Amino acid sequence: MPLQPIKFYQAGSFAVGNRLLDPDQRSVQARTERSNTLTSGHRACQGCGEALGARYALDAAMRATGGRLIAANATGCLEVFSTPYPESSWQLPWIHSLFANAPSVATGIAAALRAKGRTDVRVVGQGGDGGTMDIGFACLSGMFERNDDVLYVCYDNEAYMNTGVQRSSATPAAARTATTGAVGPEPGNVFGQGKNAPLIAMAHEIPYVATATVAELRDLEYKIERAMEFRGARYVHVFVPCPLGWGSASRDTIRIARLAKETGLFPVFEAEHGEVVSVSKIRRQVPVEEYLQPQRRFAHLFGDPPRTDVIERIQAGADRNIRRFGLLEGEDAATDGLMRVLAETDRGPQ
Amino acid sequence: MRSQIEGSRAVAQAVALCRPEVVSAYPISPQTHIVEALSNLVRTGELAPCEYLLVESEFAAMSAAIGASATGARAYTATASQGLLYMAEAVYNASGLGLPIVMTVANRAIGAPINIWNDHSDTMSQRDCGWIQLYAESNQEAVDLHVQAFKLAEALSLPVMVCMDGFVLTHAVEEVDVPTQAEVDAFLPPFEPRQVLDPDDPVTIGAMVGPEAFAEVKYLMHAKQMQALDLIPELAAEFSQAFGRTSGGLVRGYRSSDAETIVVALGSVLGTIEEVVDDLREQGVKIGAVGVTCFRPYPLEEIRAALGHARRVVVLEKAFAVGVGGIVGQNVRLALSGLPVEVLDVVAGLGGRAITKQSLHGLVADVLAGRLEPGRLTFLDLDWKLVERELERMGRGRRSGPHAENILRDVGAVAAKPH
Repeated sequence: MPLQPIKFYQAGSFAVGNRLLDPDQRSVQARTERSNTLTSGHRACQGCGEALGARYALDAAMRATGGRLIAANATGCLEVFSTPYPESSWQLPWIHSLFANAPSVATGIAAALRAKGRTDVRVVGQGGDGGTMDIGFACLSGMFERNDDVLYVCYDNEAYMNTGVQRSSATPAAARTATTGAVGPEPGNVFGQGKNAPLIAMAHEIPYVATATVAELRDLEYKIERAMEFRGARYVHVFVPCPLGWGSASRDTIRIARLAKETGLFPVFEAEHGEVVSVSKIRRQVPVEEYLQPQRRFAHLFGDPPRTDVIERIQAGADRNIRRFGLLEGEDAATDGLMRVLAETDRGPQ
Repeated sequence: MRSQIEGSRAVAQAVALCRPEVVSAYPISPQTHIVEALSNLVRTGELAPCEYLLVESEFAAMSAAIGASATGARAYTATASQGLLYMAEAVYNASGLGLPIVMTVANRAIGAPINIWNDHSDTMSQRDCGWIQLYAESNQEAVDLHVQAFKLAEALSLPVMVCMDGFVLTHAVEEVDVPTQAEVDAFLPPFEPRQVLDPDDPVTIGAMVGPEAFAEVKYLMHAKQMQALDLIPELAAEFSQAFGRTSGGLVRGYRSSDAETIVVALGSVLGTIEEVVDDLREQGVKIGAVGVTCFRPYPLEEIRAALGHARRVVVLEKAFAVGVGGIVGQNVRLALSGLPVEVLDVVAGLGGRAITKQSLHGLVADVLAGRLEPGRLTFLDLDWKLVERELERMGRGRRSGPHAENILRDVGAVAAKPH
């Protein structure tokens, strides 16, 4: 392929990148040898962010390991829509045990491989935000602190979608769920609750922690492949919109994921050994309304009169993220990791 | 090699001789000495290759064993009491997936009230979880059952629980013949899994199963347990041939073939019962004992054969089903249905209360004199005064306070003023 100078922002947009890049820099999904780890025919909803995220994450992990990968899956949407047996969508060795124990099952797999001297085979654990951050959190923390050789991927769609959209500790303030109804004086989920799983993962000082969204799939692939360069416990937290649970259009999954990042509501960053090493800058900062309005779970904020007070509190949260992680251009923070990798090659910014 | 050794240490050595590749464990009394000894064996390299996982809970211990076993590694854990309950969801999962994990349970009471001493409430609560349950009468048998358990589990692809009485066995130092590595290697072949997570031959394990196939999968769990009823005596015979001593099997009679009265029990209390049987035989009482080594699968035919000729059977058990009665007793009645044998349920040894020869002599005297009411649960050595005082307090008004603390105050076992 002839050399063709590309502009930094073009590579950064990941929209035009593949045609302009060397074959060895193209996305995993653009390669003919991609493994289709989560293959077609499964029963996810149209526009499912989790299915998209899992497909990219596991294909990237398969590429990084030469197809030597075993997955342990928590109970949840991803498990249910992929394995109404005999119609398994998994084209890798895959085990589902329970809701709360995917990190521990992955630990056991890694231990078995180590005992057998199988250094070629790697392990991924995965689950939704409920399985990861709520019921499975003790197992996750244990896996982290022992620095077990497991990459754990959390697909965060901010509620218990498999059971019918109930609140989890990842549900954002003001969001309507089946257990935080848009009723009463303060409709939706309360402020001042919830936890930040990536920061808690970092507090374990594990080798690698990253966040990603399904709007930036090149970035997700990069982070999974980067994670596989480490041994020990690694955590990638992927923001995956859920059209059913969020009341958003199936076609808007990517757009909403992008808005989550561009508002500052979902900071996209990487950390190594407990320290942030790169953040993905906001390219065009947008007010939180643009993110909230297309989702029916926030519809009660836009009634007559609108709850501008609540929207302001959400905006304040986004602003805090922007300050805390240095998400705006020109602010003092490390550069985006994928950008850095591209910049270090002769394909880099001109 | 014969030596004076603590039960836990002997079991740890026996487990190590079985060459587990992954041990994951969380400490809980009275299981601790087993997992401590195994940790040292792994750290010194005496047990290798083996990965020892210091997990954060029993739930994680069983979950890691599930992952390891599904990856083709021989996996072991040990627990007791609250720990067994804490891992219960994963215990059912291991048997549902058909993973041949071996677990020692150092039998201990279940709270509340919290109590670290021995009874069988823990394993009895999991009797129907799909695991094979073997109960050791002595430390020698505990050692031998572990060697048999791995072979049994892997032959059937089912998990096996080896139950040994907490403290009574785990912390007792007595002479045990711990086999040699060569002996165990000759008896126990390497683990050849029925299912394995392998990138060269990817399989999906733990898929969602709906009404179209769920019953069939569950039936197979039952069918495999029924196969164990044939396999367990075969393995016991093979073990006896190889090691020159009898351990394991389904049920074991002691002077019971001509007995009119038979005491049925599980675990270490059988030693005391056998001594009482000897005493009474000298006095001409036609009494015997039957020990149930394998409680799950339930050896119905063997128990019917062992007890069917008796006039009465006293089931002495260290657990009970609250609001119903005896657990082993119900199972014994099932085995004897249609036969004119009287079955008396006696609960004893709860929370570590000693079951003494004196108490057992008194019990048998009551039984022979017809002082035990059939169909009614008898509690051995129950302090009726204490119970009645608390019932009286409860009758006086609503806010009578916590039972345990009230009764302890009455006993005077705590530094407290009389109520």
